[in-house]
Amino acid sequence: MNAKKQLMDGLINQNPVLVQLLGMCSTMAITTSIMNGLGMGVSVMIILTLSNIFISLLRKIIPSEVRIACYIVVIAGFVTCVDLLLQAFVPSIAASLGVFIPLIVVNCIILGRAEAFASKNTVGAAALDGLFQGLGYTIVLVILCFFRELLGSGTLAGFQVMPESYTPALMLVLPVGGFLSLGCLIAAMQWAMAKSAKKKEAK
Amino acid sequence: MSVTSLLAISLGAILTNNFIFAQFLGICPFLGVSKKIDTAVGMGAAVTFVMGLASAFAYLVNIVLRALGLEFMQTVAFILVIAGLVQFVEMFLKKFIPTLYTALGVYLPLITTNCAVLGVALLNVQNNYNFIESVVYGITGGLGFLLAIFLFAAVREQLEFAETPKAFEGFPIALITAGLMALAFMGFSGLKVW
Repeated sequence: MNAKKQLMDGLINQNPVLVQLLGMCSTMAITTSIMNGLGMGVSVMIILTLSNIFISLLRKIIPSEVRIACYIVVIAGFVTCVDLLLQAFVPSIAASLGVFIPLIVVNCIILGRAEAFASKNTVGAAALDGLFQGLGYTIVLVILCFFRELLGSGTLAGFQVMPESYTPALMLVLPVGGFLSLGCLIAAMQWAMAKSAKKKEAK
Repeated sequence: MSVTSLLAISLGAILTNNFIFAQFLGICPFLGVSKKIDTAVGMGAAVTFVMGLASAFAYLVNIVLRALGLEFMQTVAFILVIAGLVQFVEMFLKKFIPTLYTALGVYLPLITTNCAVLGVALLNVQNNYNFIESVVYGITGGLGFLLAIFLFAAVREQLEFAETPKAFEGFPIALITAGLMALAFMGFSGLKVW
């Protein structure tokens, strides 16, 4: 298991959102502005890395019957830390993410990686896995935010980008836009994957 | 607190602020367990039950936490309560209603990580609901989930036979469908209770 393969897995081949289809709730709910997306993405990345390290360290101690409960307690602890830090230092982001920060506890990406990777691998590999999977998640969030914010409210990170005459497609920032844009993004991903598979076959 | 305010909470939770289509809570089971109507309805009913119970217990736990000045432990305490509750429901069903237990199968323990359940507990605290309001919000929120997953499963059963573009096969077309349903649910947003 080398670092480069892990990076490619996190970003493309095993992307948590686009390929593993995990963590849908937060992906669709908060991607209405770039700042939200970055805040959420970085929070998840930090929590995922820390919980992966911790669970990998404890993997020989935790009895397998109660492992899920143990994982959830570890994750909830880190989420609480990040929640409090966000409220203290970036209250505006904490306010706009609202209930979705504590809900990181039940984000399936984190529990999924704990179960599928951290509980079976060494600390170093688990830390890298958390970092890269978190990065893959963040990138997807930012891509979605970019389109939804640009077309839905005509701004990027709060600055007016589109000309004044542009009428924002309000639908994109509403819940509907979340479903539609994520659907299109996953479709684009499937198209690209199918195309590259065909290319490999031709060779 | 009056009957009208309870009615307003219920109507909001089921239609205008539907957990799935307006608040994006509980999307994972919504997309995962909606291939067949039977299982979808079973899941919806189980989630409604757990959400009602979780609201009640989380309210009591929150009183204890507040008395001890440990509000920052809310997330940890709530998720433990929910995990315990789901375990309890699982054992109860196994013993007394084994048919429902086998029908729900693996989806039962997964309710623990359904964000609608933790979400409803947190939202109750955020909205400062009292005990009765919390329980009503929990149950009606669950009913909203049930309605959404039932409608979605019904559409998806038909979708199996539809021809879709290759890239949109499977998950993407399900998301687009859900998007269109969310658009329909937006029509309720003008609804008001006097």
